[in-house]
Amino acid sequence: MSTAVPNENLITERQLSILVKGRQRKNQLKCDAESIAGCVSQRACVYCGARVVLNPVTDAIHLVHGPIGCASYTWDIRGSLSSGSELYRNSFSTDLKENDVIFGGEKKLARAIDELVEKYPAELVFVYSTCVVGVIGDDLEAVCRAASQKHGIKIIPVQSSGFIGNKSAGYRAACDALLRLIEPAGEPRPVKRLNPVPSVNYLGDFNLAGEAWIIGDYLKQIGVEVNVVFTGDSNYRDLKKAPQATLNIMQCAGSMAYLARRMEELYGIPSMQVSFLGLDDTAASLRNIASFLNDPEMKRRVEELIRRETAAVKPQIEHYRSKLLGKKAAVYVGGGFKAISLIKQFREIGIDVVMVGTQTGREEEYQTLHDISDDGTVILDDANPSELERFMTEKGAHLLVGGVKERPLAYKLGVAFIDHNHDRKHPLSGYVGAVNFAREVYSTVCSPVWKYTREIGGGLFAAGKNALPER
Amino acid sequence: MPREKTHYRNVNENPCNMCMPMGGILPFKGIEDAMVIIHGSQGCSTYMRRHIAEHFNEPIDVGSSSLNEKGTIYGGAQNLFQALNNIRRVYKPRLIGILTSCLAETIGDDVGGIARDYLKQQGLDEFPLVAVATPGYGGTHSEGYWMAVYKIVAGLARPTAKHGGINIIVPNLSPADIREIKRILEMMGVRYTLLPDISETLDRPIARPYTKIPPGGTGLEDIRCMPGAAATIQFGLTVEESLSPGHYLQSEFGVPLYNLPVPMGVEATDLLVSRLLEITGGSLPRALELERGRLLDCMVDSHKYNAQGRGAVFGDPELVYAMARTCAENGLHPAVVATGSGNSGLKRLMEPVLAECPEDVLFLDQADFMSIRTACRDAGVNIAIGHSDGKFLTEKEGIPLVRMGFPIHDHVGGQRLLSIGYTGTAMFLDRVTNTLLDNKHKNYRAAMYRKFYWGFKERGHTC
Repeated sequence: MSTAVPNENLITERQLSILVKGRQRKNQLKCDAESIAGCVSQRACVYCGARVVLNPVTDAIHLVHGPIGCASYTWDIRGSLSSGSELYRNSFSTDLKENDVIFGGEKKLARAIDELVEKYPAELVFVYSTCVVGVIGDDLEAVCRAASQKHGIKIIPVQSSGFIGNKSAGYRAACDALLRLIEPAGEPRPVKRLNPVPSVNYLGDFNLAGEAWIIGDYLKQIGVEVNVVFTGDSNYRDLKKAPQATLNIMQCAGSMAYLARRMEELYGIPSMQVSFLGLDDTAASLRNIASFLNDPEMKRRVEELIRRETAAVKPQIEHYRSKLLGKKAAVYVGGGFKAISLIKQFREIGIDVVMVGTQTGREEEYQTLHDISDDGTVILDDANPSELERFMTEKGAHLLVGGVKERPLAYKLGVAFIDHNHDRKHPLSGYVGAVNFAREVYSTVCSPVWKYTREIGGGLFAAGKNALPER
Repeated sequence: MPREKTHYRNVNENPCNMCMPMGGILPFKGIEDAMVIIHGSQGCSTYMRRHIAEHFNEPIDVGSSSLNEKGTIYGGAQNLFQALNNIRRVYKPRLIGILTSCLAETIGDDVGGIARDYLKQQGLDEFPLVAVATPGYGGTHSEGYWMAVYKIVAGLARPTAKHGGINIIVPNLSPADIREIKRILEMMGVRYTLLPDISETLDRPIARPYTKIPPGGTGLEDIRCMPGAAATIQFGLTVEESLSPGHYLQSEFGVPLYNLPVPMGVEATDLLVSRLLEITGGSLPRALELERGRLLDCMVDSHKYNAQGRGAVFGDPELVYAMARTCAENGLHPAVVATGSGNSGLKRLMEPVLAECPEDVLFLDQADFMSIRTACRDAGVNIAIGHSDGKFLTEKEGIPLVRMGFPIHDHVGGQRLLSIGYTGTAMFLDRVTNTLLDNKHKNYRAAMYRKFYWGFKERGHTC
């Protein structure tokens, strides 16, 4: 592949991970690889991947086995909501110290589990492994097995040592932990489904600001019951019922594709990709579900819901579209599904995406991104601040979608910003989310503050051009 | 006398501290044209960048050697070499700090040795590479901070002719606080080198063009010349000698050390100002005298409101000492004093302060938020003062929180909080007093009704 974007500041090893649509013969870019040392990757680690997927399990004790940092940086930082237990909002750590690292942390871990289980009644404990634990060789399996027997509850080790891969490896570790949790004890497979109402497992929604509730309500309206959500507002008992579902619908495929595949193999549950970001994807997803279940009455209800909800939000979306038409957006998010949906969602409000990238997108997702992007769009995997700065500037982006780390960079460059991360407090899913999204884009792109910062930063430029009355 | 509560613990429930490398990043962000790399797996640097970026609302670029399984088994030198090459290529720094993570320390990488090999291989004899051993299990972010400052000074300081300036070494304060220290120094006509200086780098004005490393920070040449100073003033009362950069300058180069408390509260600010007058032989500027008078006026205006406060102060040891003293100075009883650090200096320092308090004080070191919460409940705390994680106390116990220290990630403006010097103390006190007033206004009608209304019990309510 030819070099897409030569630049003296660009790190050589990074060139295969960046392409410009229409400039190369090949469409593939390098992805799902380890981050390159010194590139200031925006990615986190295996532990992070595992923790974000499992943390929304509300009634579990989440115990981090390692030194304090890992637990400290992940205490209640996600906006996953609960309709029941609040236990998941605590961050427990074995807080390993130098002596524990030298002599091993197994005993401390066993005592920590004992203390927590005694103090907080729970049927489920996740024990996360961290870098140090992976090196000193604590036998998490053995400790958890012994503790499970002692307390008569599920205590599941999560193999999430930071150095064993990237964030995707953490998703997989989380899925493995979930599979162990839902495993029916000694029952024949596939599991019998007794419920006459079709029920689905909804995979890859973490109930940020109640998003899984919003989608669950749509599904209810069309006659589908949500068996359990992986993992937004889920709990031990509901997760155990997972094998009973008719269908797995999967939103965040980056984290959940492996789980869906395994559940198909183990329990014969088919799966389907959905996305509830934006009007078009929401409508298409509901239609696909009804088609899959092949129920005419359900199809009728889907059309009715789409008609009603679209009519309710369309005027607002149109209003924002008229203000935003022709603006340019850059997208840098965690997973591929979100990036794909965002390109379509931006089109709904009149915005072109000129740069798109993800931390953990998969090859097929990059293919889709390439297919739906406009010519000239920069597509990149595992980007860093330097590349984000360069391409946002070169492509003249008015707006960046990203997470907390990217926000100040955008602002410093005079670029508007949308938080599309796990700690947001407003839903971006479904019809209500589509309006929230359009409103948020408008509020940042069309804010009056930019007129004071453009051109020469914080100088006197703006004052000179203003028509303030002077006497 | 203070009651004290420390015990060996198997589980930390909601941490009150962060890890060593996190603290180690901050000083490097206050050095001119510096970058910093964490030698460890990719996640460490990303988590810390996120945490720091959220507090300062600034881009925080930190490299990582992105250690993988291979590097973990065979040693991470190659990864670290690659990281250094790439960071130099993209950022063109004039100094690079290398902090180790748990992983690098556990596999036994000799980072100092790797750094020397790298410089030799690249023919960069003069390039300052500052390696700092900061295993996450070795201490908290506070110790990591001081160790990084120590290593920067030890790595750069050279025998220098006496130049008569003063070294000012600061703990993890807000950029606004650092600007205030500089303003006072300038007002008093003091020539100084302040280290580390995050006042511009982590509270960066909007300006074009954007540069990957923010302008500002302590100059490398200024750090090299610290041994030629007339004195060092270090706000590091709680810092152990082995981590004390001021102590290093004194023992290696004979620079007299004035180790002072953070200048917060009238007594501590007076102490700084008098030491500065002593060292420089100058006189008190009129403007500063007026500021002092205004602080006293503020203290008098608010003293009865503050007397109703029963406070919990928590955070970095140095700041906890300053905040607890300031509360005590104003008749606000510091009922719970807590730090996540195991710093022994703080406990010793607190004893005389707490002994003067009319009521018992619960002192917790190596605290987590579950233990702080229990202590607050036991002690009838009605105001919490510390970093953002204290919002847990608000949510669970209804105790209002005055945000102070690091990190502040649920409010904007952590970088602009001014809390030291005469003027800053007054602003801090106003934030505290007004929080007490608001809380009282919110609750007193219902409280009085429940307590005194004659018909209350007849309606079947119980208190």
